[in-house]
Amino acid sequence: MALSLDDVKRIAHLARLAISEQEASAVLGQLNGIFELIEEMQAVDTSGIEPMSHGQDVVLRLREDVVTEGDQHELFQRQAPQVEAGLYLVPKVIE
Amino acid sequence: MHTMLNASLRELADLLGAKKISSVELTRALLDRIARLNPTYKAFITVDEEASLAQARVADERLANGDAHPLTGIPVAQKDIFCAQGWLTTCGSKILSNFVSPYDAEIIRRFDVAGAVNLGKTNMDEFAMGSSNETSFYGPVRNPWDEAAVPGGSSGGSAAAVAARLCPAATGTDTGGSIRQPAALCGISGIKPTYGVVSRYGMIAFASSLDQAGPMAKSAEDLALLLNVMAGFDPRDSTSLDRPSEDYTRDLVRPLGGLTIGLPKQYFAGGVGSDVAVAIEAAIAEFRALGCETVDIDLPSSRLSIPVYYVLAPAEASSNLARYDGVRYGYRTPEYGDLTDMYQKSRAEGFGAEVKRRIMIGTYVLSHGYYDAYYLQAQKLRRLIARDFAEAFEKCDVIMGPTSPTTAFDLGEKSGDPVQMYLSDIFTIAVNLAGLPGISIPAGFGDRKRPIGLQIIGNYFAEARMLNVAHRYQQVTDWHSRMPPLP
Repeated sequence: MALSLDDVKRIAHLARLAISEQEASAVLGQLNGIFELIEEMQAVDTSGIEPMSHGQDVVLRLREDVVTEGDQHELFQRQAPQVEAGLYLVPKVIE
Repeated sequence: MHTMLNASLRELADLLGAKKISSVELTRALLDRIARLNPTYKAFITVDEEASLAQARVADERLANGDAHPLTGIPVAQKDIFCAQGWLTTCGSKILSNFVSPYDAEIIRRFDVAGAVNLGKTNMDEFAMGSSNETSFYGPVRNPWDEAAVPGGSSGGSAAAVAARLCPAATGTDTGGSIRQPAALCGISGIKPTYGVVSRYGMIAFASSLDQAGPMAKSAEDLALLLNVMAGFDPRDSTSLDRPSEDYTRDLVRPLGGLTIGLPKQYFAGGVGSDVAVAIEAAIAEFRALGCETVDIDLPSSRLSIPVYYVLAPAEASSNLARYDGVRYGYRTPEYGDLTDMYQKSRAEGFGAEVKRRIMIGTYVLSHGYYDAYYLQAQKLRRLIARDFAEAFEKCDVIMGPTSPTTAFDLGEKSGDPVQMYLSDIFTIAVNLAGLPGISIPAGFGDRKRPIGLQIIGNYFAEARMLNVAHRYQQVTDWHSRMPPLP
């Protein structure tokens, strides 16, 4: 399997990464090199093997459904690029 | 001051306790040293003298009041992946280059409770993605043993800072070898604990099913003292393990007679530098002299650990890094049109090339139609890799081999070829996939006098025994106390 230039542009769009024609060409070769390495996996028969999603087989803990965090929006919003009246500002999304 | 640079944490604690030195004096001396040497090594991204000295003053009061913990007053450098309240916390990235954390990571809180001093935030590969520290937005770290060499990565700033004796200890994180490989390349000691032993709360996420924090220091004994502070259950991390706390120093001096060391044939095959092979064989001989037995073991699936890792880690990273969108915190592009344009430009300008590559790999393997062939297949192979270790630990107590197939490579040597860079983590990645603990300790020097690391892999929760194994070796060798020739 080898990716095409269009694949690279599509993936970049899915990942919300602006990419120029020139960057896409450079990345294409690198990604194909990495996928060549990854393809080694496909030769192994894994039928009947349970997937392992974590380093430890543990069940997710549950906790009481109670409020544990106080309101700190002013503190947190100090980090935001643009805030007004406690709201994060972004370009208009609905015309 | 110079003799103090090589002092162990216990020796420093004794000096502080006996009032032979104050924490303010110790902190001041190290800050001066950082001011002098950091322009060369670039080990720190942020130093805040006032904040560090304020903590040192509090520590001195605790010492005066007889309210001290073993680490009270001891300066510890923190990898810039840990959120620390009021500190710039960049994760080595432009996208977080303006982020002053409003809260503390759990391990930062734990060091604070113990009375340790935060000496500054150390340089690292961007979002911990790299094996050489060359992907940092803040420029590459230099290896104190040889300025032409990389320090390893991703915790390269922490490793270089300890090696250059800019700090007595530091923290790191290890997703595929990021504590052990830089420890090996810089000639220091480092431990990646069992997955779930140290809280990930406030540790900026890369690949959540693999990320684990651990200490980096000069010796195994120091690592044990640091791990005593760092380890422990935290309800704010859903993968933190709720188990009784341990004293990791408890087994340090236990004799090694009867210990069985497994030697994986895959770790002694082609690809290992001859200088590394010679040093590791000599270390194994030292353990035999200490009464250990060795047995050959087989980890047949470990050859697949790099392909498996480069599916799983980028997949998890692409999901974790989706949060950097220029809306709530971090970098936002100055000029943009609509919302999508703002996202795309902020992320394209804020992330470096390696991070973007991994986000793209992850996005692709998780995209419609490819999930089973890549992500699911990799998770199944991960099971086989973990099973190999489980079978091996029926025959041995610990596993040993090289941490890295070669000593430190030159700056720029592998940065143009991602695949070559990835292959340098061949011996460390399988340990993360299995969730096991691993240590790297200094075991000599190779060509061009660059350090060599011995890796010790243990079974789940075997940290105390592994530290014991490392400590006994460090009682009969002096590789760990060697210092680079420093300006």
